[in-house]
Amino acid sequence: MARIADTFARLRSKGRKAFVSYIMAGDPDRERSLEVLRGLPGAGVDIIELGLPFTDPMADGPTIQAAGQRALGGGMTLEATLGMVRAFREENDETPIVLMGYYNPIYSRGVERFLAEAKEAGVDGLIVVDLPPEEDDELCIPALKAGIDFIRLATPTTDDARLPRVLENTSGFVYYVSITGITGSAVPKPSDVAPEVARIKAATDLPVIVGFGIRDPESARGISEIADGAVVGSAIVSKLAEGGPIEELLAYVRSLADGVHSG
Amino acid sequence: MPDDLINSFLNAPDEKGRFGDFGGRFVSETLMPLILSLEAEYDRAKTDESFWAEMDHLWKHYVGRPSPLYRADRLTEHLGGARIYLKRDELNHTGAHKINNVLGQILLARRMGKERIIAETGAGQHGVATATVCAKFGLKCVVYMGAHDVERQKPNVFRMRLLGAEVVPVTSGRGTLKDAMNDALRDWVTNVRDTFYCIGTVAGPHPYPAMVRDFQSVIGKEVRWQLAEQEGEGRLPDTVIAAIGGGSNAMGLFHPFLDDRSVRIIGVEAGGKGVDDKMEHCASLTGGRPGVLHGNRTYLLQDDDGQILEGFSISAGLDYPGIGPEHAWLHDTKRAEYVSITDREALDAFKLSCALEGIIPALEPSHALAHVMKIAPDLPSDHIIVMNMCGRGDKDIFAVAEHLGVDL
Ligand SMILES: Cc1ncc(COP(=O)(O)O)c(C=O)c1O
Repeated sequence: MARIADTFARLRSKGRKAFVSYIMAGDPDRERSLEVLRGLPGAGVDIIELGLPFTDPMADGPTIQAAGQRALGGGMTLEATLGMVRAFREENDETPIVLMGYYNPIYSRGVERFLAEAKEAGVDGLIVVDLPPEEDDELCIPALKAGIDFIRLATPTTDDARLPRVLENTSGFVYYVSITGITGSAVPKPSDVAPEVARIKAATDLPVIVGFGIRDPESARGISEIADGAVVGSAIVSKLAEGGPIEELLAYVRSLADGVHSG
Repeated sequence: MPDDLINSFLNAPDEKGRFGDFGGRFVSETLMPLILSLEAEYDRAKTDESFWAEMDHLWKHYVGRPSPLYRADRLTEHLGGARIYLKRDELNHTGAHKINNVLGQILLARRMGKERIIAETGAGQHGVATATVCAKFGLKCVVYMGAHDVERQKPNVFRMRLLGAEVVPVTSGRGTLKDAMNDALRDWVTNVRDTFYCIGTVAGPHPYPAMVRDFQSVIGKEVRWQLAEQEGEGRLPDTVIAAIGGGSNAMGLFHPFLDDRSVRIIGVEAGGKGVDDKMEHCASLTGGRPGVLHGNRTYLLQDDDGQILEGFSISAGLDYPGIGPEHAWLHDTKRAEYVSITDREALDAFKLSCALEGIIPALEPSHALAHVMKIAPDLPSDHIIVMNMCGRGDKDIFAVAEHLGVDL
């Protein structure tokens, strides 16, 4: 049931940080995407963010834009993404899956219908980039009612006055976006990020995970030393785009996981 | 809510930026604090007489407002029905209505201490207006323009560069206005602390749709007194018509008349090759359904999965798969009607305006004129139509020549 909370409890008891990895559903094609998804837990991934492809990913850099294009080009849909989650759940009932994307495909399907289907498929949380707290009635509140975590992004522009608003209806964990920018941009400096994480942790009991710009085991370790975990997205997606064997990709993911878990 | 249950159309949007169910603030958290501070700044400016005094001064001495309201006698005679007036916003400095809004936003940016301005542009008119006002105030200007539009609007690209702006061709998607807006938003998220995003139409997150409308409403307000001057005290237009890309020139003309129920309001969307299931058009209201894009809920061209479709139009300025949220609301409440005009019809109107009135119109208002040509003949001679001639055609002569098979 509460896969996200259980995962953090388990990690905490082992004194470990969380490694969160992002892949785009349907990238480079449906078959390989599912194969990668299935391989992530074995490569040390604690929480999976599964990207919902969208034609207009306004907060994403070129790498994830291209991944979305590949997925859509291969006919990926919201329904097929939920199908991937269902297939994954046939053999894994532990690793949390968080869907990450933009609101329109969900709105287009109908919020209630989507939430029921997502819950049934085994989705644990949602990150919807274009739904700030000001629009909580749209999806956040209904998702919480449906038993799906609504994970919010906190950013360098979220000041102290605004932070309580951002945390108010958040659950699962808080995703701190380490830079003002789009996915795949500059590498964040742990010394810049540490005070921000401390500021958020002072305001919430939820775990704080840091993402955007982390691209190698060293930076992953550096970040996980000052937070409850680290997210790697674009770096994995661009490795996948190189088209090598999946074992090689998973070995790379493993090296990132080791970086985080040694932090 | 049906039209007759609404007391006034002038009170929208509400404090959440909603026009009925449309509008809102669908943006990432990074931008949200800035959008709230922009809203606060605009609220202060709105009631600050010195802000409007500065606007009025610039509108008059820099833009050349008021633009004339011109009775188009030969067109009226040719069509043989309603009396046709053209609101001559194509005579503004920089050649379109876009500068009305740009001045307002740049004055706000200055009040907020922002020194870097970014903009998206389709036909290039908003980009040129932004580059112009940035040059005037010594601000850095970066304009995002779809690579496809850079190609079909070359003169405007050159103008922007002459004015000192950096023009960034956008290759994502199909390289049109929607993609330029995505890249402008990406730039904004990255440079949020020193950058002001000057949006060119009544779209984007609240407060943009309301703010841009307020700045463009100078068009409709002038029409009110100008028509009274020519047709007698209290005489209102019977019909107002404007072309719609995102809908800013149309909202500017319509807004001051929303509560005058005798005034028929018609928005003209770009029908491209025809509004059918081939989707080679940009008629969001006629051929789309509600969705969320670029910060607001509105009617969008999209597929069954909620993926956004590319628009298609001969006119780069109308080539946008969405429409301002206030139009979506006026459509649903039936206060305004929305129709579509094909590329071919717009080209015919373009030629007619050149031949009969000596006005080379932009392709965007040519769409509005094409609808005037459809309805005017069946209306009585005391019926007054005011159409927004929102841009001049200099930028379009190459594209038109190509469509007419002329080699320049
Ligand atoms: C002359 C002209 N009219 C209309 C438009 C469409 O914009 P809007 O619908 O916001 O007026 C443009 C956009 O570039 C334009 O240049």
